Amino acid sequence: MGNITTNKSIGTIGEDYAEKYGFHDPEEYFHKGARGINHEVVEMISKMKKEPEWMRDFRHKALDIFLSKPMPGWGDTEVLNNIDFDNIFYYIKPTEEQSDNWDDVPEYIKNTFDKLGVPDAEKKFLGGISAQYESEVVYHSFQENLKKQGVVFLDMDSGLREYPEIVKKYFATVIPAMDNKFAALNSAVWSGGSFIYVPPGVDVTVPLQAYFRINAENMGQFERTLIIADKGSRVHYIEGCTAPVYTTDSLHSAVVEVIALDDAYIRYTTIQNWSNNILNLVTKRAVANKNSTIEWVDGNIGSRLTMKYPCVYLVGEHAKGEILSIAFAGPGQHQDAGAKVIHFAPNTSSRITSKSISKAGGQASYRGLVKVHATAKNSKSSIECDALLIDEKSRSDTYPTMEIDAANVKIEHEARVSKVAEEQLFYLMSRGLSEDEARLLIVNGFIEPFTKELPMEYAVELNRLIELEMEGSVG
Amino acid sequence: MSKNKILSINNVHVEIEGKEIVKGVSLQINSGEKHAIMGKNGSGKSSLANALAGHPNYEITSGTVELDGENLLDKSATERSLAGLFLGFQYPLTIPGVTVANFLRAAIKARNGDGIDIKNFRKVFKEKMKLLKIEDSFATRYLNDGFSGGEKKRLEILQMAMLRPKLAILDETDSGLDIDALKIVANGIMESAPKDGGVILVTHYQRMLDYIKPDMVHIMIDGRIVKTGGAELALELEAGGYDKLETEVSQEVGV
Ligand SMILES: Nc1ncnc2c1ncn2[C@@H]1O[C@H](COP(=O)(O)OP(=O)(O)O)[C@@H](O)[C@H]1O
Ligand SMILES: [Mg+2]
Repeated sequence: MGNITTNKSIGTIGEDYAEKYGFHDPEEYFHKGARGINHEVVEMISKMKKEPEWMRDFRHKALDIFLSKPMPGWGDTEVLNNIDFDNIFYYIKPTEEQSDNWDDVPEYIKNTFDKLGVPDAEKKFLGGISAQYESEVVYHSFQENLKKQGVVFLDMDSGLREYPEIVKKYFATVIPAMDNKFAALNSAVWSGGSFIYVPPGVDVTVPLQAYFRINAENMGQFERTLIIADKGSRVHYIEGCTAPVYTTDSLHSAVVEVIALDDAYIRYTTIQNWSNNILNLVTKRAVANKNSTIEWVDGNIGSRLTMKYPCVYLVGEHAKGEILSIAFAGPGQHQDAGAKVIHFAPNTSSRITSKSISKAGGQASYRGLVKVHATAKNSKSSIECDALLIDEKSRSDTYPTMEIDAANVKIEHEARVSKVAEEQLFYLMSRGLSEDEARLLIVNGFIEPFTKELPMEYAVELNRLIELEMEGSVG
Repeated sequence: MSKNKILSINNVHVEIEGKEIVKGVSLQINSGEKHAIMGKNGSGKSSLANALAGHPNYEITSGTVELDGENLLDKSATERSLAGLFLGFQYPLTIPGVTVANFLRAAIKARNGDGIDIKNFRKVFKEKMKLLKIEDSFATRYLNDGFSGGEKKRLEILQMAMLRPKLAILDETDSGLDIDALKIVANGIMESAPKDGGVILVTHYQRMLDYIKPDMVHIMIDGRIVKTGGAELALELEAGGYDKLETEVSQEVGV
């Protein structure tokens, strides 16, 4: 089996990852700051972005919080405690200007996104796309007819410049800098990400997508996304990401805030395919107002360590939250993923479906919290955790927490760990499938509840990614 | 011209976890023939069938098996299937999330690549479903997931019909079927079992044999074929039961 990484401790990454996503470009950047984090760096970022006073203050305060806050005490504390924050580049601006024309994007960056299929997807089925390279969105385009309906889709920096009142109203209201150490770090040095506002009653029928690419070694990418769906509107946002294969770690630490006003619907789909040297420590949270629906569809294939627990606050009566996630943990990978739902209002409902696959020593954990406050009577929640172990070396753990303080609440909880059964393999092999094909079919079937929620193109892509990960899975 | 020997089993012994279950079975099947293997529960019929199909837990410790003149025993389960062997499972497995259609497409692709048969897939699939009176909605259901016993058996025959093996071993395909389903399945077997291939019907009732007349019937007791005869042997057995036969046999061999 192909093994082209030089760092054996990271483990084996399929040869195809390196070929398809793991290449890197020479650095011809407009601006690359120094390594390390301090108030000067924060000041410099804010200055370069010509930000309003309040944002600059927000960043500095956030940095103080970051510096004083302890590391999370859960997840992979060993990896967390070994992060060398002085060795990271916090801000790299690859181009001077953002462009809405691929021809104006530097050739090497355009080639990269070409290889990743981004312009292709844009043409075929997207309503808008944002391509972030290192710290900045270098390409952004958005359909005219959606603009005409008043839909706003911008990179976060432009959002702050062009819609300061909306941004000021909602920014950091869902995830304050205090929330956790990495949210504080993001708040201090954030750059890029998406800003979406959908006016009342508007149905955005085509997905909007952002693609995040890290290129430099020891890069820190800290995008910040804010999505607001006004009353009765609907939107589907998709994000994807990849990075080159390096021997030392890079950090990706996003903050994503999502707000559904009354009767609105938001689906947020992620296909995370970072290379196995990325630490992916992301805070994602949504607020669901009356009668609204939030859906997190969260796929984690890559990264060395992911700690991510998409969350929904159900604050309005009859609000719904759904979190559907899969995690694939290959050799050297730890996927500490999960979900959080907090029921505040009566008659709210939530559903969590978490599926994990561990292979060749990979470790997948489900960490979940469902809290039903006393105010949330007649609420219901169902939680289903399903782990599939490909071999004896792999691990799966579940850490479900439930705190129920309300009356008349209906909770269902199911957790299963299964192995790929020899009998199943034999059944499929007796029909002419090879052992690898049989195993892959079983794995694809296992994640089918997830795949079927994706737009066709992404489902195909995901199955292909899983296929790459499964290659040579027997010793 | 002598008939082409499709399957040749010579003195096969099978062990499971070190315990001998099949104790020297020999069987010759010529092309175009249908044989029945009958025997009580636990006599080793499924063990023989699984061993022939290459199940890793059923070890063939001695003996030889040839399929259409080719040694079968050095092949993996996959290769045996590709060589033209088919096992209709007594207890078909459930594969959640994998639709019947996708599974069959993968299985056909495994033997034909992206060749012509995959292009005709839809058409052939529809035909065979119709033959077995299977509803269209089956195609998008997950493999054996929530299927009734009868549905599972029908699906096994559908798979056989799609994969067109040289030799099909159908392990208790008749059990769990009501009389209407039995007729449909039997008809499906008659229609889609390849004419120049062979079929082994494993069963412990004779009722299936009312619809599919076997050329030969073999009675298996405790891992051995103790008696072989024509279709009438099944009727004898039905009349006298296994107990009578067992006494007979033990007297013959002087146990
Ligand atoms: N996987 C297995 N593990 C252990 N024992 C088995 C296994 N399969 C079959 N056996 C044993 O082998 C004997 C024959 O079983 P089987 O081949 O299923 O008979 P039949 O199909 O004729 O009913 C029985 O004693 C059964 O318990
Ligand atoms: Mg049996």
